[in-house]
Amino acid sequence: MAQHQVNYASSAGLPIALTSVDKLVNWGRSNSLWPLTYGLACCAIEMMASGASRYDFDRMGTIFRASPRQADVMILAGTLSKKHSEFARRLYDQMTEPKWVISMGSCANTGGMFNTYATVQGVDRIIPVDIYLPGCAPRPETLQYAMMMLQKKIRRESANMKKNTKQDLTHQTGKRARLI
Amino acid sequence: MRKYVPKDNVQGKSYYTDRFWVAPRVPREEVRDTHFTGVVATLGVLVKEAHVELGQLIVHIEARDNVAVIKVLKETCGYTQCSEQSAVDYLAKDGEFELFYQLLNVNEAKRVRVLCRIKKGEAIESIVPLFNSANFAEREMFDMFGIKVNNHPFLKRILMPDDWEGHPLLKTYPLQGDEFASWYEVDKIFGKEYRDIIGPENRDPAKVDRHDTKRFARIGYEVPFGVDNTAGETQKEIEYSETLLVNYNKKESKTLDKRR
Ligand code: SF4
Repeated sequence: MAQHQVNYASSAGLPIALTSVDKLVNWGRSNSLWPLTYGLACCAIEMMASGASRYDFDRMGTIFRASPRQADVMILAGTLSKKHSEFARRLYDQMTEPKWVISMGSCANTGGMFNTYATVQGVDRIIPVDIYLPGCAPRPETLQYAMMMLQKKIRRESANMKKNTKQDLTHQTGKRARLI
Repeated sequence: MRKYVPKDNVQGKSYYTDRFWVAPRVPREEVRDTHFTGVVATLGVLVKEAHVELGQLIVHIEARDNVAVIKVLKETCGYTQCSEQSAVDYLAKDGEFELFYQLLNVNEAKRVRVLCRIKKGEAIESIVPLFNSANFAEREMFDMFGIKVNNHPFLKRILMPDDWEGHPLLKTYPLQGDEFASWYEVDKIFGKEYRDIIGPENRDPAKVDRHDTKRFARIGYEVPFGVDNTAGETQKEIEYSETLLVNYNKKESKTLDKRR
C-alpha cells in the first residue's frame, strides 16, 4: 500500500494557496504603497531622486500620486513651518484610510537645526508618524529602506483598521481621539 | 504684551565672545567722488549728513522726506533700481528704527543707501509709486518689525501667517518664539484644549560644555583630546583678515610645467 505524506499546510501541487485574510490584504497593501507627491524642503529633492530613474521607486510598486485622495503614504520630506502645518494636517486628513506617515529628515523628526519660532519642532506634534528617518538629508537608499521597513510594519498589522489606531489618546482625556 | 527687555548687551555677555571675530566698523570716508558730490548737491537741503562707505554713498535724511529724496534720486540722478528696503531695530539703544533704501544706478555702476529714522509707532510713506519692487519689501518690513507704511497698495503680512502675533525681527522677539508661537500649530489645528495632550515643544537646547574636550560639539580653542582645561586654555590666535577684501590665495600664480 502506498504511503503518502500529507502536508496540510502546503498546496500539495494543487492550485491552492493557504493564507489568512490579514496576510492577503497586507500583501496587497504593502506592495503598492502610493505616497503623496508632497515635498517641504531640501529633503524633498532626495525624495524626488528616489522616485526618479536611478533609484526607481516604481520597481517596488511605490508610485507617487499627486492627490491625497489616491495616496496612502505621506512622506513628510523637509522642514515643516508653522504657517504650513495647517495645510499638512489637512492633506493628511484628506488621505483615505489606511494611511501611513514617514517623517523624513531631521527637520521633520525634531525641527532639526531650525530651533526657531517658525518651525514645527517635529511633525509628530500634528501628525502620527510610523517611521522616523534620520539624516540631513537622508540618501535615497535610506528612504527606500524606510519604505521597506514600512512594508514590514504593514505586513505585521491587522487588516482590520480599527485595531490599528496609532495613537489612542482617549484614555488620557476621555475625549474622542483626534490624533488618529 | 511681553515686557520690553533691552537686548543690546546680549552678545557682550555670551561666554564664547573671545572665540569669534567682531567685525570692525566699516570706515567712513568723505564724499569726494564727482558723481556722488553731484548727487549730494542735487539733493541739497534734504540731506542731513552724507558720507561714503565701501564705495557706496550713505545719505541720512528726515523720514518725512523719503519720497521726495528717492524721487530726485530716481528721476534726476539715474538711480533706477531699488534693490532692497527694510529696517533695523535700534529701539533698545536709541528708541528708534533705522530704515534703509538701497538704490542702484546701472549706468554709473553706483549705489546709494538712503537712511532715515522713525520712532516706534510712527509710520512711513510708501515708495511703491516710484519703485514697484518696494511693494514686497515694505510688506516684509511691516511683517517683521510692525512698521506701518502709509498708502501702500496691499499692506499685509508676507511671510508669517495672517493671524500671527508679534513681529519676529524685533530684537525683543525671542528666537525660539513666545508662547503664542510655541503653541501656534496646536491651537490652530486641534484647539487650545489639546495643549495638555500634545505637550510643550521639545526643543534641543544645544548645550555646549566649554570644558568638554572629549566630544566634538564644543566651542573653544583647539586643545588635545581629553585635556583638563577648566583653568583656561592656551589661546592660539586665530588669523582674520585686516581689511575687508583680501586675497587669501597668497600662493604664487600658476606657472607652466617646465617639461612642456
Ligand atoms: S533635514 Fe536637512 S536636508 Fe532635510 S529639510 Fe531639513 S535641512 Fe533640509
